[in-house]
Amino acid sequence: MSIRSHFDKNLAQLKQMLVDMASQSENAIKEAMFSFFNQDMKKAKQVIARDYEIDEMEQEIHNKALQLITRESPVAKDLRKINVAIKVSSEIERIGDMAVNIAKSVIQIGKEKPVKEFGDILKMMELSLDMVRDALTAYYTEDISIAYQCAEKDDEVDQTFGKLVQKFLSYTPQDPNGMNQIIQLAFVCRFIERIADHSTNIAENVIFLETGERKNLNA
Amino acid sequence: MTITLVSPQIEVMKMDSIQEKNIVYQTSQLNLWYGEKHALKNINLDILENEVTAIIGPSGCGKSTYLKILNRMIELVQGVKITGEILYRNRNILDRSYQVEELRTKVGMVFQKPNPFPKSIYENVAYGPKIHGIRDKKVLEQIVEKSLRSAALWDEVKDRLNQNAYSLSGGQQQRLCIARCLAIEPDVILMDEPTSALDPISTLKIEELVKELKKEYSIIIVTHNMQQAARISNKTAFFLNGEVIEFAPTSKIFSNPKDKRTEDYITGRFG
Amino acid sequence: MNFFDHKSINARMKIRVIVNLFAKIIFFAAMMFGLFILGVLLYRIVSQGIGYLDLQFLQSLPSRKPEQAGVYTALIGSVLLMAVVAPVSLLLGVATAIYLEEYAKDNRFTAFIKVNISNLAGVPSIVFGLLGLTVFVRALALGTSVLAAGLTMSLLVLPIIIVAAQEALKAVPASLREASYAMGATKWQTIVRIVLPVAIPGILTGGILALSRAIGETAPLVVLGLPLFLAYLPKSIFDLFTVLPMQIYNWTGRPQEEFHSLAAAGIIVLLILLLFMNFLAVLIRNKFQKRY
Repeated sequence: MSIRSHFDKNLAQLKQMLVDMASQSENAIKEAMFSFFNQDMKKAKQVIARDYEIDEMEQEIHNKALQLITRESPVAKDLRKINVAIKVSSEIERIGDMAVNIAKSVIQIGKEKPVKEFGDILKMMELSLDMVRDALTAYYTEDISIAYQCAEKDDEVDQTFGKLVQKFLSYTPQDPNGMNQIIQLAFVCRFIERIADHSTNIAENVIFLETGERKNLNA
Repeated sequence: MTITLVSPQIEVMKMDSIQEKNIVYQTSQLNLWYGEKHALKNINLDILENEVTAIIGPSGCGKSTYLKILNRMIELVQGVKITGEILYRNRNILDRSYQVEELRTKVGMVFQKPNPFPKSIYENVAYGPKIHGIRDKKVLEQIVEKSLRSAALWDEVKDRLNQNAYSLSGGQQQRLCIARCLAIEPDVILMDEPTSALDPISTLKIEELVKELKKEYSIIIVTHNMQQAARISNKTAFFLNGEVIEFAPTSKIFSNPKDKRTEDYITGRFG
Repeated sequence: MNFFDHKSINARMKIRVIVNLFAKIIFFAAMMFGLFILGVLLYRIVSQGIGYLDLQFLQSLPSRKPEQAGVYTALIGSVLLMAVVAPVSLLLGVATAIYLEEYAKDNRFTAFIKVNISNLAGVPSIVFGLLGLTVFVRALALGTSVLAAGLTMSLLVLPIIIVAAQEALKAVPASLREASYAMGATKWQTIVRIVLPVAIPGILTGGILALSRAIGETAPLVVLGLPLFLAYLPKSIFDLFTVLPMQIYNWTGRPQEEFHSLAAAGIIVLLILLLFMNFLAVLIRNKFQKRY
């Protein structure tokens, strides 16, 4: 038995709470994306309704982390683990918020016929979902190489985002409803880009957790 | 036109921190044996002026032994063999020609348990100056007051200087020992777990005092209390089995130690 | 499985308590036995001798007539003897103890000396008498004088004083010495200013025990040839003299009943002298404790 087995157990619990929260958040994005492509209002409303769960999980993680800091006076990697848990949970909470935002746009667009192909948006969504998975895998396995891998994809997301926005700008809608749809689509792209950014932040935190050095991967 | 964001004051501060501090103790290739037991192995350590250097490590790692070499108190132990070199202000203190009394006048020591002499508070502080030949009562009184003030004890004892030192509380006794040590105006103060016998508040008072004293003195402190090392020291040396495993700025040691053994020790996963 | 059966342990608890009580009674009885005998002894001596104890008894020389006899010579002799023994034995003893405890290296030679000093404390006093006779009385030609007897007695009590002083020095916490050395004090400064003031009460207690032994001792003095009967006073420490125990012994050997009572009175004087010495020691001790 290790000298601080009780503390170790609590740190493992903290990590598990974070992983649970992350899977909930990841699910929310998937559902939001599904509702986007299928124009599924019901699903979109579900995503919005379930966001409070993620918020609550974040609060629990913060409470647990503070409790561990006061009780165990952590130093070195222990302290970084708790610090990173707090920060990553906030990033995940933001990702959950993005899912909610996408769902809201889905409701705004409604059942209208899409004015354009979603082709590049789909690609961007898949990429950012990949990044979320990579970031969380990196956190779970404490593997820096996966974290770097995650960050590398961010550039492609940003480029796709730029191209898409330009495309939307060049498009002149015939009727005001079309204009609304274009704006919502641009928003969705923006939200997806934000999800990618949050994933990069998580990856940065994983690198800090392992090396003790802060790297800016979002350059 | 470019705008300078860095104000002149910040520039000055940077200059200060870059300026090299003087080395007080330079230890090289130090080895020590207690009889057959190799207690210190190849120690190389530079201790800087006006800094608090903390030495941490598990029991029996040689940290107290190292401290005791710095004022040669180790000589009170029999059967000790030492090789290597410790330069104090560029003079080898292990050299026989270095008079031990001279060294100890420059290097004061505070011990684990408060050990005031069974004399009055005044006599305790005046002891050092007296043995070094100061007889003038006026001078002695001034030294006693100055030392007690520096040790943050004056206000508590100024009305009862002639009372026995044992009438003080444990924390006060330890501050008296610090005052006694300051009375001979040393250059370095060695502290061997100075708060291990004290309650938390007395401990914090001593820590506060140490932070204050480092402006004028160089302090080397051995401690079992890692939070204490983290709170008060500029640099921390981690000793293990007679070796220096890691010696680095304290913030580095406690946030991101290089060596796995250091990390295991400070996070409490040793063994 | 539990190894600790509370039931059977509770059953045995009573026996343990009784054994403890029994031990307490035994030890108390042992103490009372000694106290009782001492009481009887004191009562017998005081009741027999108190009637003969007056100023005249203290001021008279010994005589063949019991009503005229006194302890003057013996009392002066005992006081003179102490005047030689106390400084010689205390100075030599404490100095030796300081050397052994503070200065001597902790090697086999020192250990050998320490063991031998302890052993000397157990050597029969008559052996010291023979030594004194050969060395002081004959070889140094001091004769049967106060000085020769005093030196002999000093040798006799020296081991006791050394051992007691050693213990007193050892009892001084090492932390005090360390504190002094760490200030840059020399060994000598540390001993004089720190160690001795703390050790003096212990040293004095041992010293008084040793001197009490010297004042009651007769055997070595008999060997040195001290007279049992001396009708004049010694003028200096080079003169013939006698001491209280010799005088008391002389009187108890006489057939007349009055002399036996005189002996009892002499014992009372001896006891008072001892008490006085103890009182002095307590005074000195208090004086040192006040300095702290």
